[in-house]
Amino acid sequence: MVIAVLNSGDTAWMLISTALVILMTIPGLALFYSGLVKKENVLNTLFLSFVAYAVVSVLWFIYGYGAVFGSDIHGIIGIPTNPFFQGVIESHALYGTIPLGLYAVFEMAFAAITVALISGALVERMKFGAWMLFIPLWLTLVYLPVAHWVWGGGWLAQLGVLDFAGGIVVHINSGVAALALVLLLGPRQDKRLFPHQLTYSILGAGLLWIGWFGFNAGSALAAGQLATSAFIVTNTSAAVGLLVWMLIEYLRFGKVTLLGAASGAIAGLAAITPAAGFVNVMSAMVIGFGAAVVSYAAISYIKPRLGYDDALDVFGIHGFSGIWGVLAVGLFASPFINAAGTGLLYGNAHQLAVQALGIAVTFAYSFVVTLVIAKSIDLTIGLRVSSDDEQQGLDLATHDEIAYRI
Amino acid sequence: MKKIVALIRRTKLDVVKSALDEVGHHSMTITEVKGRGKQKGITEIYRGREYQIDLLPKVELMMVVDDADVERVVDTIMHGARTGEIGDGKIFVLPVDDVIRIRTGERGSDAL
Repeated sequence: MVIAVLNSGDTAWMLISTALVILMTIPGLALFYSGLVKKENVLNTLFLSFVAYAVVSVLWFIYGYGAVFGSDIHGIIGIPTNPFFQGVIESHALYGTIPLGLYAVFEMAFAAITVALISGALVERMKFGAWMLFIPLWLTLVYLPVAHWVWGGGWLAQLGVLDFAGGIVVHINSGVAALALVLLLGPRQDKRLFPHQLTYSILGAGLLWIGWFGFNAGSALAAGQLATSAFIVTNTSAAVGLLVWMLIEYLRFGKVTLLGAASGAIAGLAAITPAAGFVNVMSAMVIGFGAAVVSYAAISYIKPRLGYDDALDVFGIHGFSGIWGVLAVGLFASPFINAAGTGLLYGNAHQLAVQALGIAVTFAYSFVVTLVIAKSIDLTIGLRVSSDDEQQGLDLATHDEIAYRI
Repeated sequence: MKKIVALIRRTKLDVVKSALDEVGHHSMTITEVKGRGKQKGITEIYRGREYQIDLLPKVELMMVVDDADVERVVDTIMHGARTGEIGDGKIFVLPVDDVIRIRTGERGSDAL
């Protein structure tokens, strides 16, 4: 029997990984989104990420962690046996070779960014109070169950669904929720994408890319071969995604754009997320390639055709690339990289079916429950700001603040 | 006295300023503006969508001068700002009722 002992190398790495993942939300994602909106909405857009991070931080240690990782009830949810995390840190409990508290705070960062990701779809028109109400409701009713199903020993995990760092739990989950929310919220009066400060978005994309090493390589929960492997394939998928998006733009417009390149990188990163600890470099290149293609198609063909105003392409990039990545696990998971996963390429067709199930279940659940939550908020306090406020800009209308003082 | 408002290309501002210095007209106010006329717009691409923008960035140069100096200033600006292509801009000449120097209270041509 192996007795778990605290490994300071693993612990040091996981502490850093946690900080990296938190950096992805504040200010990585916040900046990425805020650069893309009109200047009258930049502060509100930043705020959506910051406040989501803060609310999740608090709720996670009250009951969130326990609901995901506590004792399983029928595969549906966990029991939070230590509300307010009472006694857990004091007990010096371990999770493998790292402190249990560290595992908890690492996972908290994932919950936080999943919620914050949704904000990109609803920018420039949502009531701040409605967003603040949405955060705890969505965290509790959607994130916690789905995370439990996939990572907390719940029923999807029991069926063999593989999601290394959050293709299902983070990207499909948030992408689909974003879609549901914008269908109720309605489109902006001005749907054109005129980034007021693209440089913020690129800064944000850089922070996200670097932070993603904590996200994916940190999901190895140890400082070693698997973390290294995840680190490499994460970077590879991002780089290929960036270059392929550029190629698509070049073929389509004869010009390459920086926003396109950054978007391709993010798509590649989203796609590799579920696969980071299961695939090799070559597969990562294919994954990055596919991510750029599907997300570009989602944004350029599907969104305009269907008409929903997913303002910053949360569903387009995270939803679609997440789905591709989760399926890619079923195709490319190599038992030589990680004994826990074998895909179609290595002779196991079953994994692909299981992955598809995980996607379908999460899609349906996240979509329906998000709709219910959003509708409830709409019927009580209303989701959307007034037309006048939308035109004035939310920084002034909602917060009495302006970002750029002349 | 007349107010001269010139809409010129951004790239021509330095040329025009130097030329005006040489004829002794130093004072001016510059505003960065957007406008359109006969010049074709530009295309911007964001997330796979092309947008046609027909408001182009220009510089607005404003000066107030004595009536006697108007033609010389207008000529100087024109020669400095002209390229011969569509989009060179326009100059407007408007009447001015009075000019006051805030520091001293001088009025009229003395304040120019």
